Amino acid sequence: MMGEQHKTIAVAMSGGVDSSTVAAMLKAEGHVLVGLTMQLWNQRRLADKEGMPEQVQGRCCSIDDVYDARRVAEMLSIPYYVVNHQERFERDVIRPFVDEYLSGRTPIPCSLCNNHLKFDQLLLTARQIGAELIATGHYARNAYDPARARWILKRPADASKDQTYFLFGLAQEQLAHTLFPLGDFTKPEVRELARGYGLALAGKPDSQEICFIPGGDYKRFIEAYLEEQGESVPDTGGELVSAGGQSRGKHEGIHNFTVGQRKGLGLASPSPLYVISIDRDSKRVTVGEEPELMRDSLRARRLNWISIAGLSGEMRAQVKIRHRHDPAWATLRQTGDDEVEVRFDEAVRAVTPGQAAVFYAADEVIGGGWIV
Amino acid sequence: MRRIYLDANATTPLLPEVLEAMRPFFLEQFGNASSIHQEGQHARWAVEQARASVARFLGCRPAEIVFTSGGTESDNLAIFGSVKPGDHVITTAIEHHAVLHAVEKLRDRAVDVDFLPVNGQGLVAVGDIRKALRPNTRLISVMMANNETGVLQPVGEIGRIAAEAKVRFHVDAVQAAGKLPLEVDAIGCHLLTISGHKMHAPQGTGVLFVRRGTRLEPLFAGGAHERQRRAGTENVAGIVGLGKAAECAMEGLRSGVPERIRALRDRLERGLLERVSEAGVNGGQAPRVPNTTNLWFDHLEGEALVIALDLKGLAGSSGAACASGASEPSHVLEAMGVPAQRARASLRLSLQKQTTDEEIDQALLLVTAQVARLRELSVDGNGYRKSVPAVAR
Repeated sequence: MMGEQHKTIAVAMSGGVDSSTVAAMLKAEGHVLVGLTMQLWNQRRLADKEGMPEQVQGRCCSIDDVYDARRVAEMLSIPYYVVNHQERFERDVIRPFVDEYLSGRTPIPCSLCNNHLKFDQLLLTARQIGAELIATGHYARNAYDPARARWILKRPADASKDQTYFLFGLAQEQLAHTLFPLGDFTKPEVRELARGYGLALAGKPDSQEICFIPGGDYKRFIEAYLEEQGESVPDTGGELVSAGGQSRGKHEGIHNFTVGQRKGLGLASPSPLYVISIDRDSKRVTVGEEPELMRDSLRARRLNWISIAGLSGEMRAQVKIRHRHDPAWATLRQTGDDEVEVRFDEAVRAVTPGQAAVFYAADEVIGGGWIV
Repeated sequence: MRRIYLDANATTPLLPEVLEAMRPFFLEQFGNASSIHQEGQHARWAVEQARASVARFLGCRPAEIVFTSGGTESDNLAIFGSVKPGDHVITTAIEHHAVLHAVEKLRDRAVDVDFLPVNGQGLVAVGDIRKALRPNTRLISVMMANNETGVLQPVGEIGRIAAEAKVRFHVDAVQAAGKLPLEVDAIGCHLLTISGHKMHAPQGTGVLFVRRGTRLEPLFAGGAHERQRRAGTENVAGIVGLGKAAECAMEGLRSGVPERIRALRDRLERGLLERVSEAGVNGGQAPRVPNTTNLWFDHLEGEALVIALDLKGLAGSSGAACASGASEPSHVLEAMGVPAQRARASLRLSLQKQTTDEEIDQALLLVTAQVARLRELSVDGNGYRKSVPAVAR
């Protein structure tokens, strides 16, 4: 990062260990910094709705996290601001999240947030206030490859913290203006660094759940959100059927299910049953035994390419179909204007529409798309 | 970098003479104004002298002054102290949250509230007040000067309507105090709020004027302080500071400080409108306090403008702040019918008696440059990708 000392860097500060360490690290390197926290969602907004936890302890945009981020900024003597991007978050993350579930898919709000908020709105805000680059606490690496004339996104040193799956949507210009200073470190090393910088929050636990859903009950969240919007929850109830089409019972709405789900089906069976597929139009949820979950191909749309400009002919790649998934070997083939078919060498379990398929060549992210 | 502070409507710096007046009451004269001994007696006398100063400032009797912790408490005391279930309250859509949220709370207690609209210039129609009156109207609460736009409401006329209808009238004068002459009899109000830190006294001090004969239910249970209207040991040093600040404000009004501030504000406002196209003043056609301008600049985000200016050394503001410190959309501009996009593209600059000619020169340059820069990046909500070419770092 030599030669960039003169450029102001906006650090996306969540109040957690990772982004706080990024701020301390860049400050120690002598950069001019501005700390930014995005106010994305008001945790109290749905607190009075039925079934929502009364004691809201959610981690998204809480006053406590802003306090932690502010404390770090004060300690480092860097200007710090909370910027309000609630409208954009609701439009680009919350609403699509709700609509995806109601359409029988399983969304990834973190990817939407990265694509629309962290690496779009925040980059814009940073640029508006005079910072050319942003730095985040993501575990990923990026670098420019002159030979290919492309920005490359790579997996981090700490494979267990790899966040590249959520970053597949980054465009070249976004990667060009982003720093991932933690890419070369493991999480324990980052905690050690944080302690070394004297950050009081070095031991703060990692966030796990979806930030705007305290307690993780996304079904209650969807219902509470629609109620607040003055919309009724659409009746997506229908039949539970087996692969052969025989009825196995009723269900109360397709948004209650995700492909591969085992709990909450309410069916008695000698062997465990899983959700095999969800049909939005007929509102049918197909259930079956584990072998029926296996698929040897999928299609992905709304693609983003990172290490290549686009697919020409077939391409071999390792493909991740969910965050916690060991990449599986597959062949990619363009099947439409903005559609790729992924044919796996060996069948994979629970291909879930709404999740992302992210293509890797060793440590590099080739690109990815949304599973349909 | 010498910073330029143009956010006087948020708070003002303490005047040196105010600090000097307060100093002994933190140190040697530390007594409790309710105590019988000499330490207490000195404190009591200091509080009463401050009360007399504030009374002169408002043109009322010292006994009509209640010291509080600030504008919010005074507004709450005026409202909750006056209204009971079954009553009707008239207020406006552009009040400060200290009034708005207080009367919204009353609605849960079987009180009817009318929030009167304002016109495009931020003015409430006096006729609307008259029309809103009901037999059970207990209170009219209208601010004198709006904190965001500086627009002055016709409180004198409203006071006459209230008097005819024999309805209690509360005026939140927080943003007017010190900026123009305040006479409670000219306004005809029964209750009037001022805040210390908006007029160079310390934060955490305020006053509620309570006209003689106006019965008020106290907010707090406790001792018999402030003629049983506000329990709690007096903030002696703060009250002394407020008294001194009131004297300084009266002196300033006599010696033409508001006129000087108005000239600076007008130069800033006109200068920006000359230099920047597609810009205007929210409430610019209405009567306003002399220190405030609320400008809109199309094709940018006010929040980003305020941050960019702050990083360049100019403190201004846009909208209100929520708990985390992020800006929130302005209910005042919304009530004036300002389109949402333009309301988000607004900048409030507010001056005070220490603002200098040089600072206004600097502010003109800074705001003009930052608006031009931000407009180059403008994407009108379409995000970053469309605005930035792919470049190698």
